[in-house]
Amino acid sequence: MAYSEKVIDHYNNPRNMGSLPKDDKKVGTGIVGAPECGDVMKLQIKVENDVIVDAKFKTFGCGSAIASSSLATEWLKGRTVEEAGQIKNTDIVQELNLPPVKIHCSVLAEDAIKAALEDYKKKAADEATPAQAAK
Amino acid sequence: MKFPIFMDNHSTTPMDPRVFEAMRPYFMEKFGNAASRNHQFGWEAEEAVEGARKQIAKLIHCDAKELVFTSGATESDNLALKGVVEMYKEKGNHVITCMTEHRAVLDTGKALEKRGIQVTYLPVDKDGRVNPDDVRKAITDKTILISIMMANNEIGTLHPIAEIGKIAKEKGILFHCDATQGVGKIPLDVEKLGIDLMSFTAHKIYGPKGVGALYVRKKAPRVRLVPQIDGGGHERGMRSGTLPVPFVVGFGKACELCEQEMPTESKRLAGLRDRLQSQIMGSLDECYLNGHSTERLPHNLNISFAYVEGEALLMGVKEIALSSGSACTSATLEPSYVLRALGVGSDLAHSSIRFGLGRFTTDEEVDYTAKRMVEAVTRLREMSPLYEMAKEGIDLKSVQWAVH
Repeated sequence: MAYSEKVIDHYNNPRNMGSLPKDDKKVGTGIVGAPECGDVMKLQIKVENDVIVDAKFKTFGCGSAIASSSLATEWLKGRTVEEAGQIKNTDIVQELNLPPVKIHCSVLAEDAIKAALEDYKKKAADEATPAQAAK
Repeated sequence: MKFPIFMDNHSTTPMDPRVFEAMRPYFMEKFGNAASRNHQFGWEAEEAVEGARKQIAKLIHCDAKELVFTSGATESDNLALKGVVEMYKEKGNHVITCMTEHRAVLDTGKALEKRGIQVTYLPVDKDGRVNPDDVRKAITDKTILISIMMANNEIGTLHPIAEIGKIAKEKGILFHCDATQGVGKIPLDVEKLGIDLMSFTAHKIYGPKGVGALYVRKKAPRVRLVPQIDGGGHERGMRSGTLPVPFVVGFGKACELCEQEMPTESKRLAGLRDRLQSQIMGSLDECYLNGHSTERLPHNLNISFAYVEGEALLMGVKEIALSSGSACTSATLEPSYVLRALGVGSDLAHSSIRFGLGRFTTDEEVDYTAKRMVEAVTRLREMSPLYEMAKEGIDLKSVQWAVH
């Protein structure tokens, strides 16, 4: 099972590897997967005026999982929150030439994106109604 | 140094050039069928086969007549388990084995269960050793075979074979040992160990792939088997089929070389292995040795590197051939069942790397491998959300993971 060149590239040159401050109101954090499964992805987005201006990832997983999450951060930057929600795992599979046995890595990446978006939206909603949140 | 570096000698081994030279004449010059009784070509081939048989017998301390050639240890395991179960079916229908055996034994066990045979799969302790008392307790009046491997292929742990052999003798039950990883690496005497049947293969000891043997005891007791391959009655009726003469010759030569070189080789490899271990574990925190620390093959090392995943690690050191217990490296996407049987958590099973040193491993290769492993682990830990959380003081076991 030889890896695709793109997977190897993301592995050797990961895009946007790192962390954003979790407590920042503009940052949404998604953590998906589980150590027992051998796959955990942390994906973070920073949103300003509905546009994702920065994204970072950290992944515990195989080369394909690392590549999938790295690619996800690449695609997220510059998209609006709504556009980001339209990223499908099949797009990732195609871009990275993932074999069938690695498709689940792309699914986890899509889940990570959705989790980060959800976290951001929840924080934004809490921001908007602090009085209700305090109750 | 030649790249890629091969450090996966449990999966297979490169052929020793001396083995290759011994095999060479039997392909195109002395190419006869060893079963051709009426001409020079046959006699020459037969002489070569019997010579090899003697070389192999010398290594394991048996009589040459007690060896049956097969296509490899998998076939030998099949022949031993199925052959005994079928032959002694009036005596009983229970087999005792262990959870960490090779698939060649476990899958054969499953096949036998489908035929109505009862199979007990004994657990192992945290170092991977089976307890002889558990063997004794599992014996019933229907037990006809005990099958425990000599050394585990993943973690290198050595089972207490002599004690189990004693119990088997005491109870009058046949004892089969899959010694694929032990033969030629540690001293072995089937008589002293009380072994009645033993599987092993050439390609783990610098011989050719495609040939193995089953030792079948002839005296005290005389073990009989129902052959699994019929057709001409070769190998005293136990395994029909034309012998692959050059491969058998290679097998014999490989065994002879092991016998000569084992004392110095095993010391050298143990020293190299210990060096690899101390360089890696001395430079990284949160690394865990899998398997027994001393009752272990001299050339095996198996380490879990917390917070990084095995396949990603292998990718990071792709100029070195190693293997991992991670689910991502297995065809079935299951993490190593051997590590799970030790009680190693799935997360650490996914983080394990197996190192298998061999005859042609050099000091330079070991030092290089240690350095690169430390680099790769360090790099992947920077990328790991788990390492980040652990460094923040979060107890990963208490986290509610969002599994989909």
